[in-house]
Amino acid sequence: MRHWSASLLAAALAAGAFGHARADASLLNVSYDPTRELYRDVNAAFAADWKQRTGETVTIKQSHGGSGKQSRSVIDGLEADVVTLALAWDIDALATHGNLVPADWQKRLPDNSAPYTSTIVFLVRKGNPKGIKDWDDLVRPGVGVITPNPKTSGGARWNYLAAWGYAAKKSGGDAAAKDFVARLFRNVPVLDTGARGATTTFVERGQGDVLLAWENEALLALAEGGGKDRFEIVVPSVSILAEPPVAVVDKVVDKHGTRKVAEAYLQFLYTSAGQEIAAKNGYRPRDASVAAKFAAKFPNVPTFTVDEAFGGWQKAQAAHFADGGTFDQIYTPGR
Amino acid sequence: MRAKHRHALPGFGLTLGVCLAYLGLIVLLPLAALAWKSASLGAAEFWAIVTAPRALAAYRVTFGCAALAGLVNLVFGPLLAWVLVRYRFPGRAFVDALIDLPFALPTAVAGITLTALYASNGPLGRVLEAHGWKIAYTPGGITVALVFVSLPFLVRSVQPVLEHLEPDVEEAAATLGAGRLTTLWRVVLPTLWPAILSGFALAFARALGEYGSVIFIAGNMPMVSEIAPLLITAKLDQYDYAGATAIALVLLAGSFATLLALNLLQLFTVRRRSAGAA
Repeated sequence: MRHWSASLLAAALAAGAFGHARADASLLNVSYDPTRELYRDVNAAFAADWKQRTGETVTIKQSHGGSGKQSRSVIDGLEADVVTLALAWDIDALATHGNLVPADWQKRLPDNSAPYTSTIVFLVRKGNPKGIKDWDDLVRPGVGVITPNPKTSGGARWNYLAAWGYAAKKSGGDAAAKDFVARLFRNVPVLDTGARGATTTFVERGQGDVLLAWENEALLALAEGGGKDRFEIVVPSVSILAEPPVAVVDKVVDKHGTRKVAEAYLQFLYTSAGQEIAAKNGYRPRDASVAAKFAAKFPNVPTFTVDEAFGGWQKAQAAHFADGGTFDQIYTPGR
Repeated sequence: MRAKHRHALPGFGLTLGVCLAYLGLIVLLPLAALAWKSASLGAAEFWAIVTAPRALAAYRVTFGCAALAGLVNLVFGPLLAWVLVRYRFPGRAFVDALIDLPFALPTAVAGITLTALYASNGPLGRVLEAHGWKIAYTPGGITVALVFVSLPFLVRSVQPVLEHLEPDVEEAAATLGAGRLTTLWRVVLPTLWPAILSGFALAFARALGEYGSVIFIAGNMPMVSEIAPLLITAKLDQYDYAGATAIALVLLAGSFATLLALNLLQLFTVRRRSAGAA
C-alpha cells in the first residue's frame, strides 16, 4: 500500500513538474460539424498572431460533431476551453445543465456572441430542372426535399425555423405556418441525423431535388470536386439569419488557467483578419468593410432572426423541437 | 490441467468472488445506473414516453428488422459454417477470415458503404430499383445492414459444434438407410439447434441496439423507418436523459426477454433430445 501511494505521489509530482515546465498554452475548441476547415485556418492565424503579441506558443485542438452531441460531451466532462456551436440553445444547455457558463453568456461578446453568420439556402441540381425559386416550390408535389432531422441536427433546426418563419410572415399565422412546414416535410424522403449526412445523401446518393443547407455547406459543395458542374445555389426571397455563437467555458478555463488566451482566441474572430478567414470559408462576416469585399460571394437576402420571429431559442425549442412540439405533431398521426 | 470432479476447485470462493465483482462492475453497475436514471420519471410519465406512437412504431421497426435479419442469417449462417467446416477448398482460410469482417469494420463505415451500394444511384440499388425494389432509405435497408452486422454470430456459434460432429454419424445414418434429407433433418440439425438458437439470440440482441451501420441507410422517417436507438439519440440531443433511458430500458427488456426465451427453448430441446436418447 505504501509502495503504491509513493508511486502515486511520484507520478503527481512528475505531472506537476511537467505542467510547470510547459509555459505554452493549449486550447480545446469544441465545435460543430461543418467548421473543420474554418477553424483549421483560424487556429493557424491566431497562433501566429498570439506568438507575435506575447511570445507564447499556443496550440489549439479542434473537435467536431453534431452541435447537440458536442454540447453534451462538454456537459459530460469533455474539457473544452471554448465552444463554437451551431446555435445558442446548445450553449444555453451548458448553463442550465452543469453551470459551465453563466446564463448571460451571450451578452459577453458583440453581435449575440456570433462573430460570423450564415443563412439557409437551397442547393439544386444543375440547370434547376424542377424550377425551384423560393420556399413555395418546396411544398409542390413531386419535389424531393433533403434536410436533416431537427431533433438531432442544429442545422436542421435553422432549416425548419427558416421555412416556418417564411410561411408565418407570408400568411401571418402559426396555423398556416404549421401546415406549410407539414407539407414541406411530406416531401422529405430521408431524414439524416446531421447536416453533413444530408449533404452526402443529396450530393453522393443523388436523393431529392433540393437540399436545404447552411450557405457555407452549399458553397463548399460547389467548390469541391466539380460541384459547380453538378449543382447551383438558389437564394430564397427571405431566409433566416443563422447566428452560430461562440463562448469561453468559464469552469474549464479557470481550471486550466487559460482564460486570457481563450478570450483572445474568440476576440480574434472579430478582427478583420478573423472576419476574412470566416468569409473565405463561406461564413458571412459581421464586419461591414470585410463584407463589402466579399459582396459578390454572399448575395443580399432579407433575413429574420430567431429572436425576432420566435422570441429566442428557448421558446423556439420548446414550441417546435421538444417532445410533442410542432415537429413531432407533423409525424404523429391523429393529432 | 483438468479439474477434479470429486470436489470443488480449490479457490472456488475467490474465483467466484472475482467473477461476481467483475460482472457487477462491468455489467450490472451500468445497468443499475440506467434504471436509476429512468427512475427519476414517474410511472405515468415513464409509461407515456415508452408507449408514445412514435416509440411504438420505432420498436416495431427495430424488433421487426432485427428478427428478419436474424432469420435470414438463421438460414445462411449455418450454411456458411457447414461449407467452412466440411469442405476443403483453396481460399478457405480467407473466406473464414471474411466472416469476422463485419465485427472488425467500424459500423459507420459499413453503413456508408451499404448506402452507397443500395441507394438509387448505387450499382446495386440501380438494378433493384429498376425492378421496383427500393432498399436504401426503407426498412429493407435497415434489414440489409442488420444482416451484415449480425452474420458472424450465427456462423461462429455453429462452427465449433459442427467441427465436433463427426461425419461418421452421418455415414452411419446413411448406411442405416436414411436419405440425405432425413439425415440432415433427424441427425445433423438436432445437434446444431442449440448452437443455431444461441447464435440467433446473440444476433438478434446485437441488432436491436445497432445504430452506426443502420443510421445512414435507414432514411430515419418517423413512424416508418425510424429505429429505437435513433429515438434514444434524439432524446439525448434534447438533454432528455431520463426519456432516453426509458426507451433504452424497453430495448433492454426486449433483448433480455428474447435471450431468456431462446435459452429456455434451447434447454428444452437439449432435454428432449437427451430424454429421447436415454
